Amino acid sequence: MSAITMRELTKVYPGGVRALDALDLDIVDGEFFALLGPSGCGKTTLLRTIAGLEVASGGSVHIGERNVTNLPPGKRDVAMVFQDYALFPHMTVQDNIAYPLRIKKVDRRERTGKAAETADELGLSALLQRRPGQLSGGQQQRVALARAMACHPQVFLLDEPLSNLDARLRLEARTFLKRLQRELGVTTVFVTHDQAEALALADRIAVMEGGRIRQVGTPTEVFRRPANTFVAGFIGSTPMNLVGTRVRGDELAVGAARLPLPDDARGQVTDGERLVYAVRPEYLDYSPTQVAGALSGQVVVVENLGSVSLVSLDVPTDDTDGGASSVQVVVAEGREPDPGDTGWVVPRPGRSLLYRDGDLVTAGAEAGVPAAAQG
Amino acid sequence: MTVTTAERPTIAVRHLLARIGRYTFLCLVLAFFALPLLWLATAPFDDTPTVTASLPRFTLDNFRALLDNPYALRSLLNSVYLAAGTAALVVTFAALAAYALSRVRVPGRDALLYGLLLLSSIVTGTATMVPLFELAFRLNLIDSRLGVILILSGGLLPAAIFILKDFMDSTPASYEESARVFGASPLQIMRHIVVPLVRPGLATVGVWAVANVWGNFLVPFLLLRGPDKAPAAVIMYTLYTEGGQADLRLLSTFSLLYSLPVALMFVFVSSRYGFRFHGGIKR
Repeated sequence: MSAITMRELTKVYPGGVRALDALDLDIVDGEFFALLGPSGCGKTTLLRTIAGLEVASGGSVHIGERNVTNLPPGKRDVAMVFQDYALFPHMTVQDNIAYPLRIKKVDRRERTGKAAETADELGLSALLQRRPGQLSGGQQQRVALARAMACHPQVFLLDEPLSNLDARLRLEARTFLKRLQRELGVTTVFVTHDQAEALALADRIAVMEGGRIRQVGTPTEVFRRPANTFVAGFIGSTPMNLVGTRVRGDELAVGAARLPLPDDARGQVTDGERLVYAVRPEYLDYSPTQVAGALSGQVVVVENLGSVSLVSLDVPTDDTDGGASSVQVVVAEGREPDPGDTGWVVPRPGRSLLYRDGDLVTAGAEAGVPAAAQG
Repeated sequence: MTVTTAERPTIAVRHLLARIGRYTFLCLVLAFFALPLLWLATAPFDDTPTVTASLPRFTLDNFRALLDNPYALRSLLNSVYLAAGTAALVVTFAALAAYALSRVRVPGRDALLYGLLLLSSIVTGTATMVPLFELAFRLNLIDSRLGVILILSGGLLPAAIFILKDFMDSTPASYEESARVFGASPLQIMRHIVVPLVRPGLATVGVWAVANVWGNFLVPFLLLRGPDKAPAAVIMYTLYTEGGQADLRLLSTFSLLYSLPVALMFVFVSSRYGFRFHGGIKR
């Protein structure tokens, strides 16, 4: 168990692609940490650089007190579970789990014993003599985890741990994985492109884009207060509503509508300034009748999501950006409007944010860093 | 309606004729390939074999006569030495080279492979007879089995690398990366992961190398001086009567013994590995 510290970590591929761009990141001992971002953002490269499968072009990686920047993967005391699990097809489950011990020259009897023990912890005892090809996806994942656990590493690295499982199994595996990590208490870094997975599993999340980290924070911080419009658009099963607005004294003008200024932004904005107003569809209330401090528009689409519906409205906005922008709102079941209706949406107090040039406008703290840390 | 009923018999006849013609053709082709095999099966047991296949007057005298020939059986053993040595070298070096070529990015890698493949057919061919002899002479490899093995290996390696690289390419890199993270060295990865996964490929290349060496006449004929080291393919050339006629009794018997090992090896390896890609890899 160890912390992972990265300083100015850079990876440039031959051909000039900058996959990691002078990246600083601290992962705390025992933490379940997610690297989240769209494909090509550098998250997998970062994971592979921690593992040692990619050699950093610059900067440093420390695991615990050790500088591992130039160590080969086998000397870093990490275990990695690959997206396809990479179970050796010609070995039994037992031999697969015992493989790291075989490399460490543990004798056969001891290592089969250890493998059986680890397999037992993960409920794999009945499968020890099977080959990977005879296992289901979920079982394969457990074998891969058991193999990673067998060598008691300082750090677990998981590359897209759930993406090879079907939807139902994925939920089950998610719960299993979170419990396992809690019980083992080993620092674990995982890569995902699925924001829901990151929010559900991780203690903290780093949201990445273009080889840089755009925000690091707990799931709550990242969900409630995205540091920039990229994170705002990426996190959440429905993206955040982003609407152009102009400051008018104590209020914000969106088209003809007037909205209260978010508390956070009070005193941080100047009259007449153009900003982006942001609020999650979950934090908007729909009303079929006119209310004050609301955006209004015509209902265009109603999408049924089961217990709720996602309603899209065309809201007329300021002159310059084409006249209308789409605002989505979550409506409880039984209260859905019909397309063509005119409706009003009211942001809940304390749930709306303002962005200036893509970055969060906030009183206490610099974007991306929790307010408490700034003092 | 009237037209079709009138035409129906002629169509049926035409179909029948076409079918007869097709089968006759196939039978001819079959006979063309089967007759030599039939000769190989009957002639060794005939006390007066000719160049035609006929029902033998059964005898085992030919085998006894062959046993009396001082070089016949030893030559088969020599063939085994040469084939086994060459196959071992080819499989080992081709596996290492193919693995490297499959995993390392070298500029112009494919051109290199095609170039080697092209040149390899020249190395053990007639065109390089003289320089090869010269080379072997300078290296003191004349009349040495090692010399024959090295030269045959050199000729077979490029194609073997080419075949094996394909097998190596189809094993996912994540297996090896996984082993690397656990601390396995490249040779351990090769032994534990890659070789078991490409075993069918190694078997294919091994069989192909053995079959090639078994049938090679030119290289051992050039480089081995005496009959005591000569392999079967060379000894067969010496099975003549005093009058300079081909000794069909010995020749047919020897041919049978000569072809059996390779045929048996094929059956064995094919039943063991099936020349398919096992491993259950799904990506």
